Amino acid sequence: MAIRSVMSGRWVPALALLAAFALGVAAQRGGIIDQIGKYRGDIAFLAQQHMKLVGISGGLAIAIGVPLGTWLSRPRMRRAAESIMQALNLGSTIPTLAVLALSMSLLGIGVVPAIFGLWAASLLPIVRNTYAGMLGVPTHFIEAGTGMGMRPLQVLAGVELPNALYVMFAGIRTALAINVGTAPLAFLIGGGGLGELIFTGIDLNEPGMMLAGAIPTAILAVLVDFAVGVLAFWAVPRGVNPLR
Amino acid sequence: MIKLENLTKAFETPAGAVVAADRINMDVADGEICVLLGPSGCGKTTTLKMINRLIEPTSGKIYINEKDTDRYDPVELRRTIGYVIQQIGLFPNMTVEENVCVVPRLLGWDRDKARHRASELLATINLDPALFLKRYPKELSGGQQQRVGVARALAADPPVLLMDEPFGAIDPINREVIQDEFLRMHRRLRKTVMFVSHDIDEAVKMADKIAIFRAGKLEQFDSPDNVLAHPANDFIRDFVGSDRTLKRLRLVKVRDAVHAQSPRVQITDDLGRAAAVMADEGYDFVVVVDLEGRPHGYIDRQAARERSGPCAEHRAPLPATLRLDDDLRAAVSTMFMHDVRWLACVDGNGAFAGFVTQRGITRLLGRTYREPGTAAH
Repeated sequence: MAIRSVMSGRWVPALALLAAFALGVAAQRGGIIDQIGKYRGDIAFLAQQHMKLVGISGGLAIAIGVPLGTWLSRPRMRRAAESIMQALNLGSTIPTLAVLALSMSLLGIGVVPAIFGLWAASLLPIVRNTYAGMLGVPTHFIEAGTGMGMRPLQVLAGVELPNALYVMFAGIRTALAINVGTAPLAFLIGGGGLGELIFTGIDLNEPGMMLAGAIPTAILAVLVDFAVGVLAFWAVPRGVNPLR
Repeated sequence: MIKLENLTKAFETPAGAVVAADRINMDVADGEICVLLGPSGCGKTTTLKMINRLIEPTSGKIYINEKDTDRYDPVELRRTIGYVIQQIGLFPNMTVEENVCVVPRLLGWDRDKARHRASELLATINLDPALFLKRYPKELSGGQQQRVGVARALAADPPVLLMDEPFGAIDPINREVIQDEFLRMHRRLRKTVMFVSHDIDEAVKMADKIAIFRAGKLEQFDSPDNVLAHPANDFIRDFVGSDRTLKRLRLVKVRDAVHAQSPRVQITDDLGRAAAVMADEGYDFVVVVDLEGRPHGYIDRQAARERSGPCAEHRAPLPATLRLDDDLRAAVSTMFMHDVRWLACVDGNGAFAGFVTQRGITRLLGRTYREPGTAAH
């Protein structure tokens, strides 16, 4: 039941998976699967690296983005918040590859600039949705809470956050989708990850190698999206969760 | 109980200071319902919100139970004041039980005590605890939500209740029901209630005292009957409406309008006796009662004069009877419905308790105009 409602309306990744499967069957006939199998060791190692990139940059983006969005939504920030949100919106139009390039020119080559670049690319949707979610909480809930004697932090934790959570999760989901999709590019600035197989495979014109990177990347993207969906399903209180 | 002393609030706006409440003085006694009434923007809500310091007064004092509220931490103060708002403000992320337990939990009650209190309160607002405690607000009707809103405000048994147009968003039929339910509850709990409304009918129904505001000033602070019978100025006269005397009907119970000497004859008496009673008391009808005192029709003067025999055979049926707790609006409405000038009233046991007449009602309502400054009852 839970899984069905999480998947409902999200048949796109499922369809993509199906297409990949069909492709896989074709590939098997062409002997490509055997070629991919050669890279088993590389896949395990690089996937781990890949997940580390996604995990650290995504985790940091959530850790910074949620408080930042919350802070911007406070009444005394209201005026400044609008211009800051405009700036962030402008920032989100920069292509993620460009973000990585800028990050490299700032921090050099390696894992750190890769994580920084991925973090910057996934920060914006989280801040934006946290801010929007908080502003979307009707003021009379806040007034009722304050009027009953809740302190500002109690209103934030007990009323605003739970009611904004659903919108916030949508932002986190978008952010992680961007993150996982951009992570292969980290290879280009020396960050490692499954991009190494993809780009090298392209350069060497070796489809097996390329697919050894691309297929796990795709699976990872689907799994992350699904995991966030399940998390949102259980974390957002039933009274404000349209899925329950 | 609640005393406002020169309470003033001025808001700074780009166009200059706007005085939302201008030297408000009020004194609301223990257990009274005081309705703050007026058009939008008149300062009634501002005044209410200054009491729980959601709005800080510019100057003036508020005393609750003789204690200056300035001496308290606003947050601590609010936990001792029940608060109900028009939009209800039940938290959608919490169940009914969690909503009702908000203030008890803030006050540090243990979980079992708070839960026990929640189911007790739900029972008093006629919602089955077993059915409703675990529901979410979105699973309740508007009326049910507002009743839970009131229960939530009463959870920690605060002596004072602030209500900001609490029934304003509810359809008229449910509103009447909830108002009645609230009044019944109030009679039992005797909280001191400040109640904001823009509806004169609601005010007349609910209030022990009405405070009428205009443009930040308190124009009149008086009993509902005096506000209706003796509006202080033209603004209030317009605001309470040209049918203000009819509205007063609702304020008087049949009990207070029955004729003290309501003549009656036994069902076993004959018409001669009926004629004698009518002549003695100066009425042209007399009610026939049985041995238990229950009314069984009436004899009018014509019947008594033209016929003879036992009353039992010549009595005419009573078109309707009133109860002593009915208000005069219901009484007059029943009179109009049956095209009669008087109606018999019965007490709780069904025994004849006197009658009310149109003449008696008009005299009762008119008394306050003949003796200015006194209420009609």
